[in-house]
Amino acid sequence: MGLGTRKTVEQLVVMQPSFSGGGEAGCASKSGSGKSSCGSAAGQGDLSPEVWAKVKNHPCYSEEAHHHYARMHVAVAPACNIQCNYCNRKYDCSNESRPGVVSERLSPELAARKVLAVASNIPQMTVLGIAGPGDPLANPDRTFRTFELVTKTAPDIKLCLSTNGLMLPDYIDKIQALNIDHVTITINMIDPEIGAKIYPWIFYNKKRYEGVEAAQILSERQLLGLEMLTARGILCKVNSVMIPGVNDRHLVNVNQAVKSRGAFLHNIMPLISAPEHGTVFGLAGLRGPTAQELKALQDSCEGEIKMMRHCRQCRADAVGLLGEDRSNEFTTEKVKEMEVRYDIELRQAYQEEVEKRRAAVVAARNAELKTLADCDSAISILIAVASKGGGRINEHFGHAKEFQVYEISTSGVKFVGHRRVDNYCQGGFGEEESLETVIRAINDCVAVFMSRIGNCPREGLLRAGIEPVDRFALEYIEQSTIAYFREYLERVRSGEIQHIQRGDAEIRQGALVAS
Amino acid sequence: MAYMIKESSCTGCSACQSECPNNAIFEKNFSFFVDPAKCTECIGFFEEAQCAAICPMPKTCIINPDLPRFAAAV
Repeated sequence: MGLGTRKTVEQLVVMQPSFSGGGEAGCASKSGSGKSSCGSAAGQGDLSPEVWAKVKNHPCYSEEAHHHYARMHVAVAPACNIQCNYCNRKYDCSNESRPGVVSERLSPELAARKVLAVASNIPQMTVLGIAGPGDPLANPDRTFRTFELVTKTAPDIKLCLSTNGLMLPDYIDKIQALNIDHVTITINMIDPEIGAKIYPWIFYNKKRYEGVEAAQILSERQLLGLEMLTARGILCKVNSVMIPGVNDRHLVNVNQAVKSRGAFLHNIMPLISAPEHGTVFGLAGLRGPTAQELKALQDSCEGEIKMMRHCRQCRADAVGLLGEDRSNEFTTEKVKEMEVRYDIELRQAYQEEVEKRRAAVVAARNAELKTLADCDSAISILIAVASKGGGRINEHFGHAKEFQVYEISTSGVKFVGHRRVDNYCQGGFGEEESLETVIRAINDCVAVFMSRIGNCPREGLLRAGIEPVDRFALEYIEQSTIAYFREYLERVRSGEIQHIQRGDAEIRQGALVAS
Repeated sequence: MAYMIKESSCTGCSACQSECPNNAIFEKNFSFFVDPAKCTECIGFFEEAQCAAICPMPKTCIINPDLPRFAAAV
């Protein structure tokens, strides 16, 4: 642990891209009624205080938190004990962003050092997850050793692991003893006949099982593991990959099964199956779902269990806010040379600043919502937003690598997804084509909000029937979308515009350019 | 006398290493290799060779064609 000069909260604030936009912390109600009540409780909803305490600063478990808090994964678990048809273990491109892919493997000791280095530089990093690139519980020694090392120096960092569930029942005691209170299980089926189409084999009890038998064992172990976690009060998220034509309709049954066994959150993600990844599904030409198909399935499962819609399907070595990847700043080489000074008090002071900003976002939203109270309309619209984080519209249209998508109706505003619009790592897209890509990705949206936009893309968007909006630059996302929606209803009522249902949108399959 | 790992298709995931009952597998430059003097093809331990059973790549942990089979296999 090297010595270094102590940074101040102010210096740290300047270093974080997500803090750009807006100035002061605290109340910043502008457009709308100005009735904002500063410091109102943030998104606890119907959660118990104990659960709320566990999830409130967890970017993967709380949609609201993901605008403000960051996570990191360390790639200490390369081995896997099952084969999935959407995964190709040979593939690694540094510009690629999806689960199962990493650029370098880490020892537990180096991983722990990396965690402390990131925590010192990104003080809103509150969560360490181990998700692979194989399965954490197929590498139990490396996984648990990493957690032990991190906890010793950084007891405030929340620990998570993400597993296929095959070995989960064997490690529940260890998980509880290490205070790992968030576990994600990937459950794609509860019917072994369907499972056989997703998993060609598993390795269990020193033996390779294939086909229906393999899927049967896997499914039993996953559901048993989920029940055991629930019984111990460990929060469990279930991830499911939506594979059109294979398990898309079946995921409603999966949703029921995991809900009844006490899962806290269900995350249905689109299949990534670009042929160049070389996966079985990709080579067989299976497609991922469209944005509308994915949303319809998520909507039909929403109810007694929360649906996660802000998952970015990140790499097993991702670093930063969910929509960004700062892993390039923390390569092994850089981490070895980095000055690491773990300052828990500074981290807490910084996080208090984050909480003030977060409360201001919520207060502004709630105040703006009141202005919808006497609106009566069945219209709901989608709005795409370019944001660098912090809950603000603070990204230039041309720099956006993704757009956050919000659904607004008279009943409120809801984050319903995000669309990647980055270029393929093979490169070579002209400006025109990039704009076409963006339009295809947000084609279901009525408007797109950004801090700034050039004239050419502005005209292109208008031609495509999507209104570019920069007048809310640097303001809060939710508050601004509500204000826009209120005006939209007025424009429809006055006959100035006609409300038409927009078409479907595309979910991008290609590699993320990490820079 | 032994299994071998085809370097060109090894992903370096290390899954085989921890399953080997003979400690015959070692790492070099992010690839894994079998020490033929230690490998027993898992005979006497398991029904199937553990490296081949857990390897994510098809036809990567294979019987070394240049060496005679392990004595008990003949």
